[in-house]
Amino acid sequence: MQYILVFSLCALAIGWARPRKAFSAAVLFVSLLSIFWLQPLSPVRNLDFWLPLASIGMTCFVWAVTYPGEGRPVKQILPGLILILCVILGIALTRYLEPLCCLTQSRPPTIEVILVASASILLGSAAVFFVLPARPAFLWITIAILVGLFVVLKSEPIVIKLSGWLRGIMGQSQTLAAPTDLAWLGISFLTFRLLHVVRDRQSGRLPAYSLIDFAAYALFFPAVISGPIDRSQHFMSEMEKARASQTDVGWQNVTKKNTLGGARRILIGSFKKIVLADSLAFFALNAQNAEQSTSTFWTWVLLLAFALRIYLDFSGYTDIALGAALLMGITLPENFDQPYFKQNITAFWNSWHITLAQWFRSYVFYPFTRFLRTKHGFLPAWLVILSGQALTMSLIGLWHGITWNFLIWGLWHALGLFVQNRWSEWVRVRLPMGSISPQAQMLLKTGGWAMTFLFVSLGWVWFSMPTPELALRVFSRLFGISG
Amino acid sequence: MMNDTSDLNRQSTKAKTVEKAQPTGHPPDGEGVSIQRVLLKTALLFLIVNLLFALFYPMDTLGKASLYNRLFPGRTRLPYGDNPDKAYNLSLFNLEAMFASHEIASGKKPADEFRVILIGDSSTWGYLLHSNDTLSSQLNNLQARHPDGRRIRFYNLGYPVMSLAKDLLILSRALRYEPDLIVWLVTLESFPSDKQLFSPLLQNNPEAMAELIEQYKLNLRMDNLEDHREVWERSLFKARRPLADLLRLQFYGPLWAATGIDQEIPATYTPRQEDLEPDEGFHDLKPPHLAAGDLALDVLAAGVSMSAPTPVVIINEPIFISQGVNSDIRYNFYYPRWAYDDYRRILAAHANQNQWRYYDFWDRISNAEFTNTAVHLSPQGSRDLAGLVLSAVLGTVQTTRKP
Repeated sequence: MQYILVFSLCALAIGWARPRKAFSAAVLFVSLLSIFWLQPLSPVRNLDFWLPLASIGMTCFVWAVTYPGEGRPVKQILPGLILILCVILGIALTRYLEPLCCLTQSRPPTIEVILVASASILLGSAAVFFVLPARPAFLWITIAILVGLFVVLKSEPIVIKLSGWLRGIMGQSQTLAAPTDLAWLGISFLTFRLLHVVRDRQSGRLPAYSLIDFAAYALFFPAVISGPIDRSQHFMSEMEKARASQTDVGWQNVTKKNTLGGARRILIGSFKKIVLADSLAFFALNAQNAEQSTSTFWTWVLLLAFALRIYLDFSGYTDIALGAALLMGITLPENFDQPYFKQNITAFWNSWHITLAQWFRSYVFYPFTRFLRTKHGFLPAWLVILSGQALTMSLIGLWHGITWNFLIWGLWHALGLFVQNRWSEWVRVRLPMGSISPQAQMLLKTGGWAMTFLFVSLGWVWFSMPTPELALRVFSRLFGISG
Repeated sequence: MMNDTSDLNRQSTKAKTVEKAQPTGHPPDGEGVSIQRVLLKTALLFLIVNLLFALFYPMDTLGKASLYNRLFPGRTRLPYGDNPDKAYNLSLFNLEAMFASHEIASGKKPADEFRVILIGDSSTWGYLLHSNDTLSSQLNNLQARHPDGRRIRFYNLGYPVMSLAKDLLILSRALRYEPDLIVWLVTLESFPSDKQLFSPLLQNNPEAMAELIEQYKLNLRMDNLEDHREVWERSLFKARRPLADLLRLQFYGPLWAATGIDQEIPATYTPRQEDLEPDEGFHDLKPPHLAAGDLALDVLAAGVSMSAPTPVVIINEPIFISQGVNSDIRYNFYYPRWAYDDYRRILAAHANQNQWRYYDFWDRISNAEFTNTAVHLSPQGSRDLAGLVLSAVLGTVQTTRKP
């Protein structure tokens, strides 16, 4: 609650203070503070400082690598470097200012160490920006690094090993290494924003941004925890609009409208998240209660509670993010559109975590199916669709964590999408919309909705359980097979 | 074609409806809406709601509004939980909510039921026991019948913390549920005067306890209870925690229904202490003798008096009798021998003098059946005690049988 309040006030201040030229700088300033403040405490010493710093480093590096065009104007990088350095050093200095200590969860490392690390990151990025020529190979290396890092962080055994190694460096017991040690704030969303930028740079669609603008996009504080994954082009146009509206004659009306709209969205989001989702969390299906439940009926109740909870929690977060952004005049893309009311699984995926689905559609599904069609033209259409959906949905599953259950969850949905695709083709040919009575249409719609909701809800069993064995036990319980 | 036309007509009608639905006199967002007015109205509303809440203070009414015994089965013991996330249970202090969640509140007492309620401390409640293994469950498993044919049904109204005053408060509410017999399990640790008002349940129900103290002229000091009667203390804002507890109790209902779990029972625990300190002290009392005035016998008497004409069976519950170091000085962690022996003597004499139905089972359970404290029993210990309690109940039933 305090986070929502503080960030809303910050956003409100930026919206009303009309910093005009310093708009991006103000957004970045709060964003930088927020990633340090929100980063959870790690048992590995000082990691709650180093992980946000690494996020900043990744952002600067990707910006430098992807900067398009031949010219390398100093004004594009210098203000950003100065601002970032000042914020990092300011946070580092709180170590010595008792009343202010600390914005980070634990006391920051010593100033000398931070200076060296920050200088390395920032000077390294500057070197890449000024010295290294823009070569396609660097972009592929960047993609490999980002994907590699993502895979490492999503794979539990590797995280444990990495945590053990970090603990060793810090002189801590390696035997206590746990997967939660490397809970890196917003890394999934940051990586995907950066990957999108690199891919757009590869395809020549990326405009030139200043470091400040770029970092404000990548680390944008309302969206840092749970998205949405905005595209840089859209975000920059929104920032431009917000900046421009601050110089308008009628700026007060616009800002007031944004304030009321943003506040309403934040209130709705808070209600969904804090009141509804957190209440459902008490009895939503989880690994603990799944093993203990002895009743078929009540296991269904727990599963439905999970289905509602995950939606309300995530869409509540999104509402808060969109509301906070709107307080500054920035409209972020929607992430949800009443997904549980959809009448088929394709419509569900067009309305559930929309920005992630779009990301995968743009960067995985379309390129992959295009590749299959052009290079393997002999493949039947249904096989191309099945392969594309299987690959895309598997990756969406694994995006949540590299486990068998997330993979199965992805494949579950791929299968659903494929069957629905074939079914709708079959129906389209045999039963044109005009040929069936309104009652039959209503029945089809209601049946479609019920089937979709049931299918998605059952899919959450894979998602919510840590192992396939436990998920199968839950299915057995749900269908009254065991006891 | 016909369909197409009717579609167009429908669309046109829909468009008109949408147009009509636009509030013509209402300005669009942001225009004509004063942020100050919004804030002022919010503050005023907050104040009014808080004052109204303080005025009516509907906590009891809200406590009664329970989903237990309606959507979820009633709990077999009063809600209490050290670790809610694992126990699917929590400690709250709204007596109405506590009782409303209990199976005893499931409806009218069946005609063929002889209702026995058990009150007492954590031992009666069943600490470290699954709800199927508590004393009341073990008693129900024995499927005893009253001589007149009614089945004897036992209800667990025990509640952790050793205090007779806490038992009395629970008893005062339990009497609404028409018990035919009350079994009150006690132990010396429930008797010292300084223990009586220590229970958080009493601290959070000061008015109810004050009434009992007043009504039965109990020798308890009222200033030990917090005063909750200020307007601020009764506001909605101040009541947010107990209100959240009410909701949380309901939210744990599905998990109680799904799992039957209402307590986290760890696989291992520290067993009751066998070797003891050479300490002869008991609270602020010193040997050689305990006096009747040192014990809250007046609270016990109030319970018996309050229950009349329903008979009360008082049972001195079993304790662990140490054989370890310094066991010649103390029976166990709680009791020095001199104090406990005197207590048994005083209680027996007092019961005899007042013609109470009193049973002393202090040494009737094997030492192996005590778990983490000198009064908590294992499932087998609970089963053994159930046999003893049932014989006491049947003995009482025989003597109080209606013609």
